[in-house]
Amino acid sequence: MGHLGKQTIAYKTPPVITCAYSSVGPKEGQGPMGKYFDHICKDELLGEDSWEKAEARLIQTTIQGLLDRASKTPHDIQYIFAGDLENQVIASTFGVKDFNIPFFGLYGACSTMGESMCLASMAIAGGMADLVIAGTSSHNAAAEKQFRFPLEYAGQRTETQTWTTTASGFVTISRCGDGPKITAITPGKIVDLGVKDSFNMGAAMAPAAVDSILIHLEDTHQKPSDFDAIITGDLGNCGVDIAIDVAKRLGTDLSGVLMDCGKMMYDDEIQGTNSGGSGCGCIASIFTGYFYKQLMARKLKKILLVPTGALMSPGSTQQGNTIPGIAHAVCIEMK
Amino acid sequence: MANINQIKKDYQQIVDKHSPKNKVVTNSIKAFFVGGLICTLGQLLINLYMYFGLSFYESTTLATDSLIFISFVVTAFNVYDNIGKVGGAGALVPITGFANSMVSAAMEYKKEGYIYGMGAKLFTIAGPVIVFGTIASVVIGIIYYFV
Repeated sequence: MGHLGKQTIAYKTPPVITCAYSSVGPKEGQGPMGKYFDHICKDELLGEDSWEKAEARLIQTTIQGLLDRASKTPHDIQYIFAGDLENQVIASTFGVKDFNIPFFGLYGACSTMGESMCLASMAIAGGMADLVIAGTSSHNAAAEKQFRFPLEYAGQRTETQTWTTTASGFVTISRCGDGPKITAITPGKIVDLGVKDSFNMGAAMAPAAVDSILIHLEDTHQKPSDFDAIITGDLGNCGVDIAIDVAKRLGTDLSGVLMDCGKMMYDDEIQGTNSGGSGCGCIASIFTGYFYKQLMARKLKKILLVPTGALMSPGSTQQGNTIPGIAHAVCIEMK
Repeated sequence: MANINQIKKDYQQIVDKHSPKNKVVTNSIKAFFVGGLICTLGQLLINLYMYFGLSFYESTTLATDSLIFISFVVTAFNVYDNIGKVGGAGALVPITGFANSMVSAAMEYKKEGYIYGMGAKLFTIAGPVIVFGTIASVVIGIIYYFV
């Protein structure tokens, strides 16, 4: 393991993503990515009586699905790195509780998949553990309730607004085994270009995504074409255009290689999601449901996963603060 | 090396260039018709109640109550938010929008209990309307008194 350049870690013995599992809500299941997800919930409540409990159930379902698929029991797992969008990461707490696995609760807004995979891979590569779980979730109604308005409130959505996904994705990361490897990570720094519009999260996060991508490329002496895909979390339709424009102004052409999970998640015209999907679960479910399988089938050999987060609270934006962004880049290779 | 902060001064311009604009004209037309439909329903109710022999004053009060009740029911059956998506301000401005803002909050916060949940948060959205509506009425009342 070695530190590389400004803020990158390149693993000498890369940790392996041995298994992945995704669960999504009904709306995500009806979208264009629906056929790739491992589990599609019948309704948004998952048999619970509140959105918060439903998200905890979603996490529990996903982790159980992951353990079953990997033929592991909770005893085999040394740590779990997870987080979500709810206050005090309470969905993860209740989702993870009954597994009795040592737990690191994380908050990186929608970049949490990147944060959890970075920390999990560091724990493995540093020799602190042999097998850990990393992942995250988001729930549309729980997020709407916390960050915006009650669900049945008749507000109109703006064109730049994204739809928080009800989705979860978890992976097992191991010291050895078969599967795609995490060869390098670039933990992101907080980037703030002064965006204040909480209905345009793509604009708030795009600079952070570009920053982490460009620093990763520079630190590892690579160019965009060295990757089969560079995948951002939830910039959404206009966020992707902004990111490509910003990268171009800084001398790097990302068009053609940059994909965005927010853009992939829904059929915006039919599903009325406006600028695409967002939320921690967006990239978590699309990575575990789609990209992981593409890597396993060797249809993709090398990707840069860049989950993006908008670091804000309802209070911070009401007080007139800007919305800083963050993005963690995780390089995943299949030999 | 490339520094992201060097584009800071141009950034808002980049954002504006790529962000789709809200469809103000179509939204306004939709709001006009949705709001108009709700008001027409109110007028129909007034006429109906007057037909049954109530006075104009009684009919308008009852029509307002009826619209609030209809909004309660329609919100509870998860429909009013869809009317709002299309109608925008046309669905929010009439009394039905006010009722929706309270019922939706009640539905959402009931899980946290009837006192600290529903009771405390019932006016999350409607609260400012009441506060500033009351202030405005006092101010206008004072002006009216002196003019």
